Amino acid sequence: MTEQTSSYCQVGSFAVGNRLVDPHLRTVQSDRLRPNALTSGHRACQGCGEALGARFVLDAAMAATDRQLIVVNATGCLEVFSTPYPETAWQVAWMHSLFGNTAAVATGVAAALKVRGDTATRVIAQAGDGGTVDIGFGCLSGMFERNDDVLFVCYDNQAYMNTGVQRSASTPAAARTATTEARGREPGNAFGQGKNLPALAVAHEIPYVATASVAYLHDLEAKVGRAMELHGARYLHVLVPCPLGWGAASRDTIRLARLACETGLFPLFEAAHGEILSATPIRHREPVEAYLRPQRRFAHLFADPPRTDDIARIQAIADRNIGRFDLLGERAGKGSR
Amino acid sequence: MLRQIEGSRAVAEAVALCRPRVVSAYPISPQTHIIEGVGSLVKSGRLKPCEFINVESEFAAMSVSIGAAATGARAYTATSGPGLLDMAEAVFNASGLGLPIVMTVANRAVGAPINIGNDHSDAMALRDSGWIQLFAETNQHAVDLHIQAFRLAERLSVPVMVCMDGFILTHSVERVEIPTQEQVDRYLRPFAPQQVLDPAAPVSIGAMVGPEAFTEVRYLAHARLLEALVCIPELAAEFERVVGRPSGGLVSAYRSEDAETIVVALGSVVGTVKDVVDQMREEGLKIGVVAVTTFRPFPEQALGQALEGAHRVVVIEKAFAVGGRGVLGAQVDALVSDRGTKTYTVVAGLGGRSIPEASLRRVLGEAIRGELGAMSFLDLDRVVVDRELARMAEDPRRAPSTARVPRDVRENAARIV
Amino acid sequence: MSEHPFAITLDAGSSRDNRTGSWRVERPIYVDRMPPCNDACPAGENIQRWLYHAEAGAYEAAWRGLVEDNPLPAICGRVCFHPCEAACNRGKVDEAVGIRAVERFLGDAAIAHGWRLPERAPATGRRVLVVGSGPSGLSAAYHLARAGHEVVVREAAPRPGGMLRYGIPKYRLPREVIDAEISAIEDLGVEIRCDAGVADIASAMAEGAFDAAYLVLGAQLSHRVQVPAADSARLLDALAFLAGTEAAEPVAIGRRVVVYGGGDTAMDAARSAKRLGATDAVIVYRRNRRKMPAHADLVEEALAEGVTVRWMSTISRVEKDKVLVEKMELDSAGFPQPTGEFTNLDADCVILALGQDADLAPLAALEGVEVRDGLVVVDAQMMTGHSGVFAGGDMVPAERTVTVAVGHGKRAARNIDRWLRGETGGPPPRHELASIETLNTWYYADAGRTVQPELEAQRRQTGFEEVVGGLDEPNALFEARRCLSCGNCFECDNCYGVCPDNAVSKLGPGERYVFDYDYCKGCGICVAECPCGAIVMVPELI
Ligand SMILES: Cc1cc2nc3c(=O)[nH]c(=O)nc-3n(C[C@H](O)[C@H](O)[C@H](O)COP(=O)(O)OP(=O)(O)OC[C@H]3O[C@@H](n4cnc5c(N)ncnc54)[C@H](O)[C@@H]3O)c2cc1C
Ligand SMILES: Cc1ncc(C[n+]2csc(CCOP(=O)(O)OP(=O)(O)O)c2C)c(N)n1
Ligand code: SF4
Ligand code: SF4
Ligand code: SF4
Ligand code: SF4
Ligand SMILES: [Mg+2]
Repeated sequence: MTEQTSSYCQVGSFAVGNRLVDPHLRTVQSDRLRPNALTSGHRACQGCGEALGARFVLDAAMAATDRQLIVVNATGCLEVFSTPYPETAWQVAWMHSLFGNTAAVATGVAAALKVRGDTATRVIAQAGDGGTVDIGFGCLSGMFERNDDVLFVCYDNQAYMNTGVQRSASTPAAARTATTEARGREPGNAFGQGKNLPALAVAHEIPYVATASVAYLHDLEAKVGRAMELHGARYLHVLVPCPLGWGAASRDTIRLARLACETGLFPLFEAAHGEILSATPIRHREPVEAYLRPQRRFAHLFADPPRTDDIARIQAIADRNIGRFDLLGERAGKGSR
Repeated sequence: MLRQIEGSRAVAEAVALCRPRVVSAYPISPQTHIIEGVGSLVKSGRLKPCEFINVESEFAAMSVSIGAAATGARAYTATSGPGLLDMAEAVFNASGLGLPIVMTVANRAVGAPINIGNDHSDAMALRDSGWIQLFAETNQHAVDLHIQAFRLAERLSVPVMVCMDGFILTHSVERVEIPTQEQVDRYLRPFAPQQVLDPAAPVSIGAMVGPEAFTEVRYLAHARLLEALVCIPELAAEFERVVGRPSGGLVSAYRSEDAETIVVALGSVVGTVKDVVDQMREEGLKIGVVAVTTFRPFPEQALGQALEGAHRVVVIEKAFAVGGRGVLGAQVDALVSDRGTKTYTVVAGLGGRSIPEASLRRVLGEAIRGELGAMSFLDLDRVVVDRELARMAEDPRRAPSTARVPRDVRENAARIV
Repeated sequence: MSEHPFAITLDAGSSRDNRTGSWRVERPIYVDRMPPCNDACPAGENIQRWLYHAEAGAYEAAWRGLVEDNPLPAICGRVCFHPCEAACNRGKVDEAVGIRAVERFLGDAAIAHGWRLPERAPATGRRVLVVGSGPSGLSAAYHLARAGHEVVVREAAPRPGGMLRYGIPKYRLPREVIDAEISAIEDLGVEIRCDAGVADIASAMAEGAFDAAYLVLGAQLSHRVQVPAADSARLLDALAFLAGTEAAEPVAIGRRVVVYGGGDTAMDAARSAKRLGATDAVIVYRRNRRKMPAHADLVEEALAEGVTVRWMSTISRVEKDKVLVEKMELDSAGFPQPTGEFTNLDADCVILALGQDADLAPLAALEGVEVRDGLVVVDAQMMTGHSGVFAGGDMVPAERTVTVAVGHGKRAARNIDRWLRGETGGPPPRHELASIETLNTWYYADAGRTVQPELEAQRRQTGFEEVVGGLDEPNALFEARRCLSCGNCFECDNCYGVCPDNAVSKLGPGERYVFDYDYCKGCGICVAECPCGAIVMVPELI
């Protein structure tokens, strides 16, 4: 009890900061002097989860590396909204080359640093889901396979947002996009398709793979921190809701990122060298409907008549994740990590 | 040191002397021996420090080079034909970003049909990618051009492609003088990048630029490339001072001063042409040859001067614009036609087909006699072509244009052959 | 001019030239909402605020915040019926914050450490008479003294405290606690004259040259109902009985005691009877448990101590050693009706706890005072119909609890002060309520309420030792930290952290945050993710 008492702090482990906990236990984001790798004035939509996710990840990485960081960015919203001439919102050494070559460019950066004997400066490659799971996958897989010293971060907003919300291999089943319209007998994106990149990354047996969500900042920062402690190829897959593409209220960005996890649709886990190490348990389980309903990309599921069959199939996906990753902590003993 | 050595190995040695820090490549014939050579120099520790990265595609090879160059490392890669096209997007990107990468293109045909033989369609496909393109005539030339290429690239912050004919040069064993490390070090100082990714002074490289500034960006790239026309002769002169051998430059003329007929060509075919020129000079014909060493930027002035006084120019090209004309030929024509000089384009050596001296002599004779068409294909098998054209004309699936198109083709074919 | 290649390479952070604030159609603003606990506290305590200090372990600061409104935290921390906890938003998450327990912890800490109440304001030269030293009188005296007025408290009883001392038994409220908190008030220079009952208010005011008076006589008279009783029957009045337990020689009650009534007094009487040696303590009450006016905790504790209750029963007659009890039933309107079914119950003594009335005789000579249903009518400023004479506590129509009395005392004192200064106008408008819907409770870590230790059953039957123990420091800290800080920023940094546009500036500990409207796009994430509902969106004025 005494131990619980001294460590319990209201919102200690869930909110961004907390005046009651030791400063070193607070998030990087709570720091008045945080790096703000992505600063104000960028042109992301209101409530953009990708803008948020990128700052979360890079600030944590900068904190972990004493700001010795170089970032390579794929084409996509993140690049377009951050660096339209004549202004850039980055306050980190940053480079954009192409849509599909980010991992390879980062390999080149890492190689240049290595050959120079610069062990302090670390390299992050970042891309949207399209730039990761689709067009960027070849270079990414190569980077993984060679175990190049790069942390690749995918900001998954589940479609090609920059080009106007087309389907990617990360678009979830039933979601409406500009190329998977909510028409016909099977409206939205087809079931049974798509690429599970975190799983593919694990299959490469690289030193570190993790999933994260902008709704779980402590978890996310801890994962970035662990990734930066390691060398070799590392992969972080961050769920970043897109108000525009998902048809959601801009204020709901974090809420949806949270619900995606609390429903089990987006499991948070960590893996190393091909083995799943741990999963972040769900705190308050929610039915998938709670997550789907606020998003217009799923509106057809709740039309008249509702697609209860599809909702059930999505629930089954969530249930399967919960079982597979023991997200309710049933196998591991509740709350264990 | 004078060595009897395969072209690819010689280039690998030359590249190593330039101390690249990051080399990444993907194997493709006929480039393979070059990267194997560099790889082995890295593995053996002779080239160090250097990161040699076996990537999964040419696109990655160029991308790795981009990242390395942007981080201040001297970067090198090599490819051929389809490999160059695989990396095309990144090729444009490297020049757009002003990254001084050096790449060997062991020139190869691009398909379909797949063909590993030599021609220049690969380099010509990317001639407008913003890279400097140098064409080596011999393996010695290739060695020298590579050393100059690094210097040139870094001086202007522009990438340089050194083109050498696949197999013809890459796989031929000749005597080549490899400069000493000391000479190369004197000529080529360590890379001092004009922009670099540095956490201590962060910048954003690779911004998105809209119509408000894109033209200016392009204009500036153009201006930078044109600057190379001044730089290249200077650097060639300096090379000669340091290494003791003239090499490189914009164009190189052979027996062309008083020539009425001048052959213009790129790469190794120049050697064959020189032999033919010698023979024809012996026959009393006023003929010479001008090799275009620097194809991009296009050396209008230097080439214009070299062609001064010629009555006719015959361009021997290992590529052409399908449905259009010759690539080099069209540029030469634009340069000299208003002086009243007649130009002929001869497409030759496609997909590794040999260019026999006899055939060259034949077309040059036709040109001198005024019998040659404006564009012709050396040693084209007319029988095969006509048979196929006829078959196409009969093909019912091509209706309703059946009647017209084949006839056009035939007429055109008749005109251009 | 940048030193980098034109347009392709850009200077870090240059986007700050692009003021995205112009995109906004709504803007977030920080607000302070009324936490439901504060709203429900009869003493008007700023609970959220003092918990905020306690959460940081700043107990003295917390106590100081507390005594801004209530000088009796050790007392209220024991006997208040904690309506704050009933209103507490955390109750909708898991269990309400143990506000009262933390309050008690702070009150006890103040006593233990000898923390002194805040200094008085400079003397105003005005004199105020307070009649009655119950919680309401004490509260008023304290606030009046702090405002700089000279206060004289006149008390009829030999010791101050009113029902705190003569009603509430010491097993719930140890006397040392009462003494300590009263003497802290006396230390401020408040004069409490005991054995100094006021028979006529008007003349007492004139004699003492008082400029105003606060009347808090309480309800000292036990309510009388006609219960037919044999001459030999032993009938006791609950108030007298309870007051008697304070005496050196307690009243004899026998072994079988029946208590008649269903209020808190009945519970305390029955429990005290047990402690005085009764083997049976039976409460007879005419309605069911749900309708019982006694507070649930007290009923619970009584039952735990072996007190039994005859629900739906009335006493028809009291004999020497038994009572005749009639069974009742509820009619369709929910009122108890006699059934004609009778049973006998052994009883050595019957304690009547059927309510209390106020003795308003001392007000008789005051002109303009309106009395309705035996209670003094006061206006919103707690003033009676007689100008300058205020009244509160049990003698005015309101809930009869210690904390209501304390709240009346505070309100009266502030209004007396204003009246003395000739000021008009009321207190500032109240903030909008921080209802549970305005919160984002996901962020709060799960944490069940701490349980206060209780005296073992055996010792609860035999003596007047305090039943419920206080929280130790770690537990008090834990409990304080369970507070959600409803409607008031507690510096969790969420808004600062979740803004995709870095449009929130953090000013440092205790300084809160400001929005940077140059860049805020008005997405509303900060509003949605503020755990405690301290941010709202308002339309942008265009
Ligand atoms: C047995 C019992 C248990 C209770 N338990 C609780 C509880 O657990 N929690 C709770 O909140 N409330 C409880 N209450 C109610 C609570 O005690 C009262 O509501 C509260 O004390 C009222 O305060 P007051 O200041 O208005 O009056 P009182 O506390 O009654 O004080 C009035 C004072 O005025 C004095 N006085 C009266 N007339 C004169 C006069 N003419 N001249 C001078 N002095 C005079 C009296 O002697 C008395 O000291 C309980 C009440 C009783 C009887
Ligand atoms: C080679 C190439 N193909 C296509 C495009 C067009 N394109 C640019 S961004 C983009 C979508 C990016 O999607 P994603 O990677 O998911 O990032 P998001 O914009 O969703 O953040 C596409 C298709 C391109 N720029 N380059
Ligand atoms: S479209 Fe989506 S990902 Fe792109 S800027 Fe807008 S919110 Fe962000
Ligand atoms: S959680 Fe705290 S602020 Fe909210 S009602 Fe309860 S005690 Fe008051
Ligand atoms: S989000 Fe946290 S820091 Fe911001 S206003 Fe709300 S409580 Fe205060
Ligand atoms: S999160 Fe930022 S941009 Fe959004 S409303 Fe709040 S301050 Fe404005
Ligand atoms: Mg995307």
